[in-house]
Amino acid sequence: MRVNFTVNGRPQEADDVWEGESLLYVLRERLGLPGSKNACEQGECGSCTVRLDGVPVCACLVAAGQAEGREVVTVEGLAGRSGAAEGELSVVQRAFVDAGAVQCGFCTPGLLVAADDLLERVPQPSDADIREALSGNLCRCTGYEKILDAVRLAAARTGEAG
Amino acid sequence: MRDTTPAVPAQARRTTGGIGESTLRPDGIPKVTGEFAYASDLWHEDMLWGFTLRSPHAHARIRSVDVSGALATPGVHAVMTHDDLPAATRYGLEIQDTPVLADGVVRHHGEPVALVAADHPETARRAAARIVVDYEQLPVVTDEKTATAPGAPVLHPGRTDDHAPHVAHPNIVHRQPVVRGDVAAAKARADVVVTGEYEMGMQDQAFLGPESGLAVPAEDGGVDLFIATQWLHADLRQIAPVLGLPEDKVRMTLSGVGGAFGGREDLSMQAHACLLALRTGRPVKIVYNRFESFFGHVHRHPAKLAYEHGATRDGRLLYMTCRIVLDGGAYASSSPAVVGNAASLSAGPYEIPSVDIEALALYTNNPPCGAMRGFGAVQACFAYEAQMDRLAAALEMDPVEFRRRNAMSQGSVMPTGQVVDAPAPVAELLRRVKAMPLPPERQWESAGGAPDVRALPGGLSNTTHGEGVVRGIGYAVGIKNVGFSEGFDDYSTARVRLEAAGSEVVATVHTAMAEVGQGGVTVHTQIARTELGVARVVLHPADTRVGSAGSTSASRQTYVTGGAVRRACEKAREEVFERGRARFGTYHPAWATAELLLEGGKVVTDGGEVLADLADVLGDEAVEAEVEWRHRPTEPFDPHTGQGFGHVQYSFAAHRAVVEVDTELGLVKVVELACAQDVGKALNPLSVAGQIQGGTTQGLGLAVMEEIVVDPVTAKVRNPSFTDYLIPTILDTPAIPVDILELADTHAPYGLRGVGEAPTLSSTPAVVAAVRQATGLALTRVPVRPEHLTGT
Repeated sequence: MRVNFTVNGRPQEADDVWEGESLLYVLRERLGLPGSKNACEQGECGSCTVRLDGVPVCACLVAAGQAEGREVVTVEGLAGRSGAAEGELSVVQRAFVDAGAVQCGFCTPGLLVAADDLLERVPQPSDADIREALSGNLCRCTGYEKILDAVRLAAARTGEAG
Repeated sequence: MRDTTPAVPAQARRTTGGIGESTLRPDGIPKVTGEFAYASDLWHEDMLWGFTLRSPHAHARIRSVDVSGALATPGVHAVMTHDDLPAATRYGLEIQDTPVLADGVVRHHGEPVALVAADHPETARRAAARIVVDYEQLPVVTDEKTATAPGAPVLHPGRTDDHAPHVAHPNIVHRQPVVRGDVAAAKARADVVVTGEYEMGMQDQAFLGPESGLAVPAEDGGVDLFIATQWLHADLRQIAPVLGLPEDKVRMTLSGVGGAFGGREDLSMQAHACLLALRTGRPVKIVYNRFESFFGHVHRHPAKLAYEHGATRDGRLLYMTCRIVLDGGAYASSSPAVVGNAASLSAGPYEIPSVDIEALALYTNNPPCGAMRGFGAVQACFAYEAQMDRLAAALEMDPVEFRRRNAMSQGSVMPTGQVVDAPAPVAELLRRVKAMPLPPERQWESAGGAPDVRALPGGLSNTTHGEGVVRGIGYAVGIKNVGFSEGFDDYSTARVRLEAAGSEVVATVHTAMAEVGQGGVTVHTQIARTELGVARVVLHPADTRVGSAGSTSASRQTYVTGGAVRRACEKAREEVFERGRARFGTYHPAWATAELLLEGGKVVTDGGEVLADLADVLGDEAVEAEVEWRHRPTEPFDPHTGQGFGHVQYSFAAHRAVVEVDTELGLVKVVELACAQDVGKALNPLSVAGQIQGGTTQGLGLAVMEEIVVDPVTAKVRNPSFTDYLIPTILDTPAIPVDILELADTHAPYGLRGVGEAPTLSSTPAVVAAVRQATGLALTRVPVRPEHLTGT
């Protein structure tokens, strides 16, 4: 089947999609966007988190056909968002690098999408808010402390800029 | 909070972005934009997808395999079984006992039986399901009793490995005793004797990036393999004989690695992808999903540990005996080295004059076990720290005070007879972790409003508003060796190239070090800046075109490959000075008389006088240096007494855990997990803290969540998914304040101490000690489950 949807603001068309393929497979293998990661394929790890019409979802649990006509934002679409210039790292991306929130980095794309969504909804989140919002994203390297630091840093920088 | 290190060498004094600074990862930006290519992201034109058919049984004879249904599936390009292997049919890190594909017998659930290559991963999966394997199930051995019973099936008959002559039964992989002093005499003098039996479940590394790689057949009959691994050259040494190719025809390049923690030390899909690529003449990619990943790598050894300690009334340890039985599963992997660690580190960071220690690993039909962060020291630490608390209780002493009285220090003698010849600040680490401010009580209470259930055990499940919740505090400290031990030739290779690009000088560092997330790439950049005084450092991709960098494990990479990079830089620097003397020596007498340094792209004297631009000294000709660097040698442990200078370096961490337990439901909330660790020298403090916090969290997982559940009757894995094997989320993980101590080890580059593993040791026993304090229960097994707390 053919699937038409918008990815990171650009219309995309995927051909020869098998009905069983997930949105994640189509993004990674058919559209050349491997930034969203596959680490569990059952919605437990959050590594494939993308925004579907603005809402964070596990792309591994979305059938490709369900994305028809909808808007998807992946990690590749974060740069240039939330006030950053085209191609420039977004505030959240910059904060993850600066705070040491990235080690192996496999969980990072999903966490960035989830954090981006949180800060859009709650610009000055409490620690409990951050933990709740990121609880669907597993990280095995960092012990999450630097990830909390990164989200706090992004919130502070956004607050200063605003 | 950091202590200062001793004198900084002159070359390092005025470097920006050098060692000791929290410089940022060179791969940080591609990792946040999504551009960083992990092994599972690789793509090649005409690429096929490989899939592995695995055994549904833990022990069975294969009567026949019929692949015709799979071969007839449209889109399938190759199916391979043991009969199709071109050369060596077994591999292994130390003992070559692991079949590339099952050869007539499967010895564990999930053992690879056949391979399929197809044009779509789903086609490969479905074709594999059409392979008909006729199994005759065999009795399984699952523990010491069944593995060594009379008439027990011998998993590897006719063993020829070095350990075979020393073991009492062929299902024992390796046994290491350590004896010292006079236990019988000490026992007669003991005022208090405490015994305990402990058990640890099977932990999984659960790195997030599943096993994956891409093999591309080459025109010369060889193969290029792009792979996520911990040690390129160890893979190469095992893969080439399987392919029947000389090593120079198997060219390996490290791809992006999504974590490792020991789980990538053994081969997984490496040889399989190469075999399919050479068979089909097409590039072949294999990516495991999470389910398969649980079968695709070795795990942490489950263990049963029996300990006895005797002490005087005033709290001095007199003796210790222990017996540690590790379940190695179906194949040897690194079990012998894990045994060596468990035995030699079983007394913990304490002075104990008399010991009688025995550690061994079994062959069973359980999943194979091998390397995981902490490597044999984790199991022992859980048991000896529980013993310390029991001893303190028996003596009515404070548990930290009891530990302090027996803490080892520089000059102490290990059970192996090895003198600890570097700082061993065990008492100081305990003091520091105890001195940290405690988190406030009843944090879930808010002024006047409803309680914030997110701060309570059970969290958003809303299972309590504070009723039945009890706080507990626990302490633990551990000792881990750094680097490969027992006489292993543990070296690293580094190549450094300095060249002028216009007025700027670029340093290129080439090693085969596997960056698995630990931040070795950051540290190499910092070392090169420090030693060469240049701002711009480029890291060549890690591959087998340069010599081995050893494994990214055993907390060794910054020490050993970092040491190699440093030495290569020093060699390049000397070459620069030689060249400078030849070219410009007549212009200034300081070239001959002063100590020369490289700073800010210039050759300067130690007084700061500029002699030349580095770019001018280099001219059109690059300076290159390559070294193989070794740490000081170690020696094997005596097979009967365990005596020997077996370890290069020791590292120490201490934890304090604060937990809150819902005693009615058996739910545990870890409120804070503070850590103090001596790192010798923090080359990158931000990365060091990240390592400590990450290791601490894996220890928390082992304490209260993580276990691969293996059916005791069938030896089949029951929970191979992230739905059923739980690792800590951000809600399960507390604040982890870190106190970094830097007491230089003068044997190591920059005085540094390997960081990665020590925090994984003491985290688990600290959490369990806190739960014991909250509940009054003995809790001798990890992970602690709700039913252990409620007795239901």
